[in-house]
Amino acid sequence: MYLYNEQDQKIIEQRVAQFQNQTDRYLAGELSDDEFLPLRLQNGLYIQRLAPMLRIAVPYGLLNSIQLRKLAHITRLYDKGYCHVTTRQNIQLNWPKLEDVPKILAELAQVEMHAVQTSGNCIRNTTSDQFAGASRDELEDPRPWCEIIRQWSTFHPEFAFLPRKFKIAVSGTDGDRAAIQVHDIGIQIVKNSSNEVGFKIYVGGGLGRTPVIGSIIREFLPQKDLLTYLDAILRVYNRHGNRANKYKARIKILVKAWTPEIFAQEVEDEWDYTKDTPGKLTLTEINRVKGHFTLPPYEILDDKKLDEEIKTQAKKNIAFDKWLKRNVRAHKIDGYSSVTLSLKPTGVAPGDLTDSQLEAIAELADEFSFSEVRATHNQNIVLADVKKSNLYNLWEKAKMSGFATPNINTLTDMICCPGGDFCSLANAKSIPIAESIQRKFEDIDYVHDLGDLSLNISGCMNACGHHHVGNIGILGVDKKGAEFYQIQLGGSSGIDASLAKVLGPSFGESEVPDVIEKILSIYVENRKDDELFIDTYRRIGIDPFKEKVYPENLARKKRGK
Amino acid sequence: MPKIIKGTEVVDDAWVIIDKDFEGQLPIGKLLLLPMQYWLDNREKLNLTVAGIWIDSDESVELVGHEANLFPLIAVNFPIFTDGRGFSIARLLRERYEFNGQLRAIGNPIQDQLFYLKRCGFTSFDLKEGTNLEAAISSLDDFDKSYQGAIIPPEPLFILNSLENN
Repeated sequence: MYLYNEQDQKIIEQRVAQFQNQTDRYLAGELSDDEFLPLRLQNGLYIQRLAPMLRIAVPYGLLNSIQLRKLAHITRLYDKGYCHVTTRQNIQLNWPKLEDVPKILAELAQVEMHAVQTSGNCIRNTTSDQFAGASRDELEDPRPWCEIIRQWSTFHPEFAFLPRKFKIAVSGTDGDRAAIQVHDIGIQIVKNSSNEVGFKIYVGGGLGRTPVIGSIIREFLPQKDLLTYLDAILRVYNRHGNRANKYKARIKILVKAWTPEIFAQEVEDEWDYTKDTPGKLTLTEINRVKGHFTLPPYEILDDKKLDEEIKTQAKKNIAFDKWLKRNVRAHKIDGYSSVTLSLKPTGVAPGDLTDSQLEAIAELADEFSFSEVRATHNQNIVLADVKKSNLYNLWEKAKMSGFATPNINTLTDMICCPGGDFCSLANAKSIPIAESIQRKFEDIDYVHDLGDLSLNISGCMNACGHHHVGNIGILGVDKKGAEFYQIQLGGSSGIDASLAKVLGPSFGESEVPDVIEKILSIYVENRKDDELFIDTYRRIGIDPFKEKVYPENLARKKRGK
Repeated sequence: MPKIIKGTEVVDDAWVIIDKDFEGQLPIGKLLLLPMQYWLDNREKLNLTVAGIWIDSDESVELVGHEANLFPLIAVNFPIFTDGRGFSIARLLRERYEFNGQLRAIGNPIQDQLFYLKRCGFTSFDLKEGTNLEAAISSLDDFDKSYQGAIIPPEPLFILNSLENN
């Protein structure tokens, strides 16, 4: 993982001092609410429904055990003893006091952490694949590129006051676990015909009120040109993005208005001026950053023998077998696996972690995974490098801390925003909906039989819960002051990205689990062999689901004819 | 006389900003900051030795282009401080059009933007009214080092470090 040098450390410490000064001036009445607003947002500080919320940056989700223990300490001392993993792989505190925030930032700086640009109209935390560096299907580890982007985007003097927020994601695989096509900029590591590694650039994707799948504006960008090209995109956006209407201010609206072709040409024209300026990356710099992401000291292990042992253990213990199937993933190194700790047991807000759980994760990381973990955009935690011989032991320990629910990538592994319980933007609560669905589908065999299936919940159209790209999406809406839920079907955030379609009129809170059950029954009736939900949906379309969920509409339609 | 920050000092400032919708005779014997469009429309009739121009955040700096160096002073307007277009305009003036005169941020920039403004090539700062300018000056140096290149300095940190190491 990237370790700070003296310069990195000083930059973060000077940020703490800067924000202390800003907070002091605000509390003394020298800085107005309007002025303090963007400044505090760029330090991750929101004022929420009940209290301030502080979003701590976790660059591309990577955390070490020292940082986890510091986070545990912070949640205990400055908050109510728990935190929340976000869909940008960050960590949120729900109850800090405004005047404590500079102190919290100072504590974070001690462990090379901060809250820089986790909110506000600036370049946000760059996200990536939670299995980066450990995955067989990877062309190249995306994390060094995320770190290069992190440094470039940190306190970028030209792009701190953009028309709107700006999110970048990097993926190193042909498949896509980083949802790059629903980002302002999506970067896919690719090879060209001469076998050189570079980047395919998507631009203008995003969720929110106007969900859009990104467009490719460059098929191949050489490695050294990454930052000057990003500068060109951002400059075109900064100058021409809509600043009059915040709902039309994201880059996706500009790209749509101009067409991707014209937008791409504008970027190329801008880049012509700047591609050979000092901002061009050097091989020395690329290698310096890559040097922080070298392989951990893996042992040479007998993969076949270990697999046999695990098989024997799994035969004896069905629960362990289920966990292996859902929460354990193949690793590029023989004898190792990647393990996902589920933060989605029934009855806990998806993605929430207590202080003692943070410490438990730190211990698991120290014992089983070279002291590092990754926060995922699906709001779970990954131990990327676990020896297969340790899986059983790890499973038993994970169970004790509540991390072993065998539900990864299943119906109950929901992405869910904090919703109306916390967020002042929300139209409706989302956490209780997640819980009622989990309670309805407690039969783990049924859930496993459904296979890979994403169910995403947002409490409003800002779409923090990524409902547009859930196979099943649930959106909280406000109907004359009452909370209702709209169901959408057919979304996907993978390389085959698609946006979900609205099924029909919305439902009251108590109806949602039964509606989900009806939708699932149509899938089960229609699937062929091992077909996944999304594939069945794409084959049979939305109508059979509509007919099941809204039979009265169908009857009316028929009468009308 | 109004005060501004110029370089790293608080100084009196004599420049008079002419509004966009100005009509009639220009004041005589004053240092005038003309709206960019006014200059474009009236350039033949004007005596440039006494004038600078100001560019609004939604205007195309390309219209001034390489003629920027006709002016001892160019100002860029921040109608609200969160309108970040002025940062790009400044860099274009310095990098693409090689403007080497005084570049001033006007309108409503705030103290907490000074470091970014300076890095993008601004050399004088007409901050929001009521700002304690003496106290604000320290914000010009909120950070010692920056990762990315801009105007000050033009090189990103990784280039500066490699120059230092060689």
